[in-house]
Amino acid sequence: MSEETLLCASGLSLRFGTVPALLEVDAELWPGEMLAVVGESGSGKTTLLNVLSGRLRPQSGVVWYRDPEGRLADVHAMPLPALRALHRSDWGFVHQNPRDNLRMGVSAGGNVGERLMAQGSRHYGRIRAEAIAWLGQVEIDADRVDDLPRTFSGGMLQRLQIARTLVTHPRLVFMDEPTGGLDVSVQARLLDLIRGLVSRLGIAAVLVTHDLAVARLLAQRIMVMQRGRVVEAGLTDQVLDDPRHPYTQLLVSSVLQA
Amino acid sequence: MSSGYNFAYLDEQTKRMLRRAILKAVAIPGHQVPFASREMPLPYGWGTGGIQVTAAIIGPDDVLKVIDQGADDTTNAVSIRHFFARTAGVATTTRTGDATIIQTRHRVPETKLRAGQIVVFQVPQPEPLSRLEPSRAETRRMHALSEYGLMHVKLYEDITRYGHVAISYDYPVMVNFRYLMAPSPIPAFDNPRLHMMPALQLFGAGREKRIYAVPPWTDVRSLDFDDHPFRPARAPHSCGLCGATDSYLDEVVVDDCGGRLFVCSDTDHCETRRGNGMRP
Repeated sequence: MSEETLLCASGLSLRFGTVPALLEVDAELWPGEMLAVVGESGSGKTTLLNVLSGRLRPQSGVVWYRDPEGRLADVHAMPLPALRALHRSDWGFVHQNPRDNLRMGVSAGGNVGERLMAQGSRHYGRIRAEAIAWLGQVEIDADRVDDLPRTFSGGMLQRLQIARTLVTHPRLVFMDEPTGGLDVSVQARLLDLIRGLVSRLGIAAVLVTHDLAVARLLAQRIMVMQRGRVVEAGLTDQVLDDPRHPYTQLLVSSVLQA
Repeated sequence: MSSGYNFAYLDEQTKRMLRRAILKAVAIPGHQVPFASREMPLPYGWGTGGIQVTAAIIGPDDVLKVIDQGADDTTNAVSIRHFFARTAGVATTTRTGDATIIQTRHRVPETKLRAGQIVVFQVPQPEPLSRLEPSRAETRRMHALSEYGLMHVKLYEDITRYGHVAISYDYPVMVNFRYLMAPSPIPAFDNPRLHMMPALQLFGAGREKRIYAVPPWTDVRSLDFDDHPFRPARAPHSCGLCGATDSYLDEVVVDDCGGRLFVCSDTDHCETRRGNGMRP
């Protein structure tokens, strides 16, 4: 393990009954880097994301996280309060369906401010100002700050979720198909936004997607998964331009050309 | 005192179980302790929790006062007072100063309570986060980890929508800087009285099967924001019977022409003042 990895996983295995979801998966993530995990549905992408973020316990293997002070912590051996604190501050999770993460009965400003309040912020004016600033960052008009999320479009909901996640300046964000279910023009705008934010704020991210174009646009490195195994990993351009493994070749060749 | 019942209606083993729950609750201020709530001879919502707590702590020398929204003369208050007079043979009173145990629904007496007194609150919903987080497993975890940001989201929403926190009763409080607690549906006006109260405060929720407590001289703070401090609300009038300007008032409709009368909700307080010659 090199000195500066942010997240380092080795030998992760997890079976659901007889179905292997993860088999001896290794992964490393450096600060400020985006790692894409691609593969068909059922290949264990989301399971890997859940295991890396400590939401699911692997049957074997270990995930190390380096905190801002440089100490290594075993994510799955961490006490629950510490893990939850990590999820509230240093980490973020962007779900495919923004409704899973947002509180639909709470205004946009309240949604963005929740993580601040969970961290102990107790000044209404400052929380609100921060929320408005973040809505601006994700290109939502400031006058929508008091509107309920149910009045927002799908793309706006996803952007609101991103603002809510990034408001505490996390160092590591887990994204599960952030552009899934959106139409192509909205997707392009969202990808642009994510790329801008991630590079500006120096956030490291693990991105799960089945869309190779998304992976190529956002990620420096890529992992290709098939039936719980990592079949190929490396620099995104390298893997996608010169796929070695037959499954990767199949994946790359099955992308439709418009 | 009517025969055929054990002292204070409940059997000794039940009272023992209740006392253990109460001791645990006092030891962890604001923490909800589950207990095996019994069927009581009154419907849920009428004070089954409060009556069990009172039954567990009452002794033959105690003097009991029961109030319902401040009043000693409502059906609920009269019935519970009568119940303990019959089953425990204890003395009852309407005077706050004379009572050793005060069972109350939705009010804290206006008269300052002293050390040695016990207030028993009737609680319909002991979980302050119940409206925000439907899962009890999750709210227990939030209490365990002291994760109360969600409650502030509710306050944030109120300020955003109404310009102020629109909770007029059952206003959530932090007890001893640790547990978030529902103070039972007392008006927010009464919240400051819970802070550093010399008397012991016990809370019983019969239907929800929870007991919690605030020991004497415990820090109890109403939740607020630094720039929107907690402000208890009170009707901007004086009492129409005794002229009090600092007590919590009930609004009474007196005719069908829009006539209103504001009177002290604490009847004992109002009567004492009138006995001393106070008039509007």
